[in-house]
Amino acid sequence: MSFSVPLRRTLLPRSYRAIVPRYPCLTRRCLSSSVAAAAEAPREPEGTKEVPMTVGDGGAGTSRPVKQRPGSDRLVFPGAVNSKFTNRLQFRKFDPEKAIETYRVMDTEGKIFDETHGLDFDMLKEECLKMYRSMVSVSIMDQIMYDSQRQGRISFYIVNAGEEGIAVGSAAALSEEDVIYAQYREAGVLMYRGYGLDEFVNQCFANKKDHGKGRNMPIHYTSKDLNFHPISSTLCTQLPHASGAGYALKMEGKEACAVTYFGEGAASEGDFHAALNIAATRGCPTIFICRNNGYAISTPTLEQYRGDGIASRGLGYGIDTIRVDGNDTWAVYKVTKEAREMAIAQQKPVLIEAMSYRVSHHSTSDDSFAYRARVEVEDWKRRDNPITRLRKFMELRNWWDQDRDSQLRSQTKSEILKAINIAEREKKPAISSMWEDIYDVPTKDQRRQMEELKDVLHRYPQEYDIAAYDGGEDGVVSKR
Amino acid sequence: MSAARPMATRLLSRSLRTTFNGPRSIASLARVPSRVPTGSTNLSRFAAQQTRTLASASDVKTYTVREALNEALAEELEADPKVFILGEEVAQYNGAYKVTKGLLDRFGPDRVIDTPITESGFAGLAVGAALAGLKPITEFMTWNFAMQAIDQIINSAAKTHYMSGGIQPCSITFRGPNGFAAGVAAQHSQDYTAWYGSIPGLKVVSPWSSEDAKGLLKAAIRDPNPVVVLENELLYGQSFPMSEAALKDDFVLPFGKAKIERVGKDVTLVSLSRCVGQCLTAAEKLKSQYGVEAEVINLRSIKPMDVEAIINSVKKTGNLVAVESGFPSFGVASEILALSMEYMFDYLDSPAQRVTGAEVPTPYAKGLEAMSFPDEDLIFKKVAQLLRV
Repeated sequence: MSFSVPLRRTLLPRSYRAIVPRYPCLTRRCLSSSVAAAAEAPREPEGTKEVPMTVGDGGAGTSRPVKQRPGSDRLVFPGAVNSKFTNRLQFRKFDPEKAIETYRVMDTEGKIFDETHGLDFDMLKEECLKMYRSMVSVSIMDQIMYDSQRQGRISFYIVNAGEEGIAVGSAAALSEEDVIYAQYREAGVLMYRGYGLDEFVNQCFANKKDHGKGRNMPIHYTSKDLNFHPISSTLCTQLPHASGAGYALKMEGKEACAVTYFGEGAASEGDFHAALNIAATRGCPTIFICRNNGYAISTPTLEQYRGDGIASRGLGYGIDTIRVDGNDTWAVYKVTKEAREMAIAQQKPVLIEAMSYRVSHHSTSDDSFAYRARVEVEDWKRRDNPITRLRKFMELRNWWDQDRDSQLRSQTKSEILKAINIAEREKKPAISSMWEDIYDVPTKDQRRQMEELKDVLHRYPQEYDIAAYDGGEDGVVSKR
Repeated sequence: MSAARPMATRLLSRSLRTTFNGPRSIASLARVPSRVPTGSTNLSRFAAQQTRTLASASDVKTYTVREALNEALAEELEADPKVFILGEEVAQYNGAYKVTKGLLDRFGPDRVIDTPITESGFAGLAVGAALAGLKPITEFMTWNFAMQAIDQIINSAAKTHYMSGGIQPCSITFRGPNGFAAGVAAQHSQDYTAWYGSIPGLKVVSPWSSEDAKGLLKAAIRDPNPVVVLENELLYGQSFPMSEAALKDDFVLPFGKAKIERVGKDVTLVSLSRCVGQCLTAAEKLKSQYGVEAEVINLRSIKPMDVEAIINSVKKTGNLVAVESGFPSFGVASEILALSMEYMFDYLDSPAQRVTGAEVPTPYAKGLEAMSFPDEDLIFKKVAQLLRV
């Protein structure tokens, strides 16, 4: 069949979706049935203290009906809190003085505050060096790839500057079986898990070795071996997926959890709320890690939301939540470790809000000095940085010095440049990959389109340069 | 024509005209001479007899579409522990339309799941579970509500296999009632076939009979690709005969294959879902009134579509009418007519025609609602007009 097949060249980094309020459906069950069930329930023993509530544990039919006893001093209602009655009319307000605390392990000079963290650093030396190498690698790769975008070699790039500690610190605390649903500023997770520099570069240059077969924008990495799901351009869709992946792990009885990353801007999307709510109600072993970095592209956090950050949202959904200093890689490591144990042992979601500052522009399509002062960024860079902080920590223990640092940096740089050199010469994916994988096997129509294109390319060889594509003319029709 | 409004007026008028024998100054139909009989009393009576076209002998087992869907779900849940179903009220309440009746008792709360009222949330959870290797069935209370989740269906479910380079399958079924439903107005009776039918990466089916319902739903659940199953609320209670084969638990219908529900030589009626029944009724009337033999094709599968079946039929009949209840613009019927220009032009004796819903949000008031959708009368008249009988 000869449909013309327009190929969309650009993907927008964000989706703007209007959430349309829905008129209540007539067929929707009203509350009356559950109220009736409550009325028929056996009478609770007398006494007014600490009535167990009907909070389900993530399975239908697991909640018990409850009843309001006469003379009770508190409200007892299915699904509500154990709320005391009061005669004092008072609207609750967010009190900035009582904001949720931010957990730290070490200060900006790399000094550990006290021993309450329970981490045995000497046992963690290898992990620490690996974390540091991963962060430095991401940082150097970012600089080079950013430049290569500026030189017009790739169309797009997103750097991780200032947030390497969140990705790497959390990745180090996870197990390889834990499934990752990242946003787009978590190259550190892949780096820590062992994604090769050539794999990063091949993806960005969309050559035939790219796991995504050249179909995605740069930085949309994927790795089945590393349990890292494809990055999605549409904002926040990965959160409900992580809830579902957590649920799948629960159903299969695996000792692993799903982990998802997102920015504070993404938390304004409906999917954030949907994902947290459904993970809480179904008891999904899923860790939600928010990188609260101060800006959603150009929108500063204070225009993104009100209240006590993303952490306060987690509490609203009945999810165990912690706020952590995102520049303190050990703190991120520690809270992720704890969160993982809770999620798996108790089969429930956990929310981590990691505070950091996006030192970089949002992406190569953004010039952040249009909306923030250069000095603000310079201040942050000077004052605190996850890489510097961890280096100071290591230097205090004589695990690291200037020579090793210079060597690591120059070696990483030359490896990346070499990878780019190779990647640029590599062939593009076969033309057939344009159609392949839309379905498990190409349809009859798609096969016909391939044949038709092959015929055109064959008849007009002067018009098309297909030598750059894997297999040339032989690669037009799918072998599958 | 540049504004949207004349279009709406024109298409609504099409229904008005045939119902009321009203104004006839309609540009779109001007080239087809109007010789439509106006004896609406007979036609109304005839319309009420629609289900009789499938009256079955007493020894043939009949199923309602609801029972067929329920059986398909139960069999697939039984056969594969990776299959589970989730949606609003599917468990304790047995589903808003009782399609999931008895499944909670049989398969337990881990596999038959009542979700919070958040389409994007539970559709997203299902996509995540599918990416993790399970085979979720997502019930939308109606497809009208699935608009809240359409990003998950299109951007995530339909594209992840492609974007992952083919290593990340997403075996998921989205199902629920779609299209015209009685007395629920604009936001509850809308047809999404064309929406999902236009997305590469999705497979889309729309059952009419109980056999269709069982065979297509089972095939959808087993298929490794994301599949959209567009049911119809008004068909749930309708009974159809079930063949011996369809009663078995290994019964599946292939995607991309249409079914010829009635053989004819004079005109090809291509339709889907509830309109298939309406076409069969109209076909019987055409035969009794004019001796016209209409061939009725039940598409069953929208994407991929069985274009060859339509071509073969048109080769025989030389006339084509596409019948659907969706909005006319950019619709299923538009697609079929475009295909007719590309592949059937030489076989057509008359311009291919379409009968569709009116281009208005569905009104609530009964008479207005009736005028917004095709019925047996309209199909009958349109064909009679086309064939100049």
